[in-house]
Amino acid sequence: MGKEKTEDTRFSRFGVVSFTAMSKVNDFIDYLEQGKLMGTKCKGCGKAFFPPRADCYACLGSEMEWFEVKGKGRLLSFTKLSYAPVGFEKELPYTLGLLDFGDYKVFGWVSKEIPEEELEVGMEMVPKVVKLEGGNFIYEFSRA
Amino acid sequence: MGGRVAIIGVGQSAFVRGYPGSIRELAFEAFREAMEDAKLEAKDIDASIVASAPEYDRQRSPAGVIAEYLGLIPQPTCYVETVCSSSTTGVIMAYSMIKAGLYDVVAVIGFQKMSEISSMEVQERMGRGADIQWESPFGTMMPAYYAMYARAYMAEHGLTLEDLAAVRVKAATYGQINPKAVYRKAVTMQDFTDPESRLAAPVASPLRVGDCCANADGSSCVILASEERARAVCEKPVWILGVGSAAEAVTMTGRPDLTQGLRVAVEAAQKAYKMAGLGPKEIDVAEVHDCFTIAEIMAYENLGFAKPGEGKELIRSKETYKEGSIPVNVDGGLLSKGHPIGATGGSQVRTIVLQLRGEAGEMQVPKAEIGLVHNIGGVGLYGNVIIMGR
Repeated sequence: MGKEKTEDTRFSRFGVVSFTAMSKVNDFIDYLEQGKLMGTKCKGCGKAFFPPRADCYACLGSEMEWFEVKGKGRLLSFTKLSYAPVGFEKELPYTLGLLDFGDYKVFGWVSKEIPEEELEVGMEMVPKVVKLEGGNFIYEFSRA
Repeated sequence: MGGRVAIIGVGQSAFVRGYPGSIRELAFEAFREAMEDAKLEAKDIDASIVASAPEYDRQRSPAGVIAEYLGLIPQPTCYVETVCSSSTTGVIMAYSMIKAGLYDVVAVIGFQKMSEISSMEVQERMGRGADIQWESPFGTMMPAYYAMYARAYMAEHGLTLEDLAAVRVKAATYGQINPKAVYRKAVTMQDFTDPESRLAAPVASPLRVGDCCANADGSSCVILASEERARAVCEKPVWILGVGSAAEAVTMTGRPDLTQGLRVAVEAAQKAYKMAGLGPKEIDVAEVHDCFTIAEIMAYENLGFAKPGEGKELIRSKETYKEGSIPVNVDGGLLSKGHPIGATGGSQVRTIVLQLRGEAGEMQVPKAEIGLVHNIGGVGLYGNVIIMGR
């Protein structure tokens, strides 16, 4: 009489539509639930990763520690979408952006509260975790 | 190591919307043209490589089905995939197999029937065209990624929306005279400013409908041979002088400076130039992967046709038109000829082969002796550069 195996599918709560259910960095979702955006840092060689990784390609180690993405990033680029893939139609129009934090970059949404005309490459922004209807999590960028 | 490797036959189906046949029949169209061009029979082909982007295929493992239909069994066949650069990856693999002495003649068949699946299914797949763990959950699409390159590049280098439109106008100039192109209409700058025009409608800012290539169904075929076989059977062999390939991070977070274009193109070009012992100034005609208008401007720089940040000058001065110093995409490019993913690279190779043989008809660049193909998979995820000479 074996016990029923429970699967850790926390990652299915990432984004509007998650295409991945299981990952060794599933704790990322718990941190999002706490309002924290976290990356991982290799305990072996100190390399920092965002998005977080379970394994380090630089030294092949798998001992990682979490760090919080804090402070301001610089907006490297953004685009406002007029079309969307299946599952995202009701979100339209939404804006994707890329923030540079120096050691790593963060890809996410740009807050809909900022009109596109007010966005500028190079402006400073901060990421914020947002809980979506239905309970999934995403992060978006607001003015610093 | 053996001698040189030549291209001895090229073929391409017409690129169309909604091909009225199956994938094997589509592949046959390019194959027949290449075989008639090379004056070969199926038994003369030692091995085949089949290329497509599998997300559009219903047939699993299409290589076997297509090899059977083309009469290429019991010779070995295999399937290769690097999305939009699949067929040039096939050409580079075929080159390597011949160079290694394994085979004398290898056929590379690229195909894509994008209409094989419904537009709803296409929309669903579009969402998975990126890193599905970290970026697709935000609702990404291929045009959005190139739009992000465009935005960063425009902010840094003063490239304008008019410059991007000018790339499309050039493509359409040649799409009109390419009987195999899917988009045969002229495009004017006004098409981008008239609010009623479909081409001016936004897709992913700053890119508009007119900045995006045309989807199509199509096939291509490139037949490669060892120097000995090429000399024996071909009157106008076109020699492969240099090849280069590279790969990049899938995620935008893993990318270097967006204002410098695609690193895979720089890496692949440097390898190909080095191998050929040639530089960008010696290229007489080029085919670049203009899946979006911005991609062509970045290609000018990544291939060394223009200095970083100065790609716009080439389109403003019309130097990349047929009469210019470095003609680019004088067959209409992906923008007008169309982009049937797995067939695209082979079609680019075909265009350059015809140019170097002096058989490009109305599109012919005078005295073209050295040609280059730049074929990109995904958003700069994979890059192949092939340099050819007559």
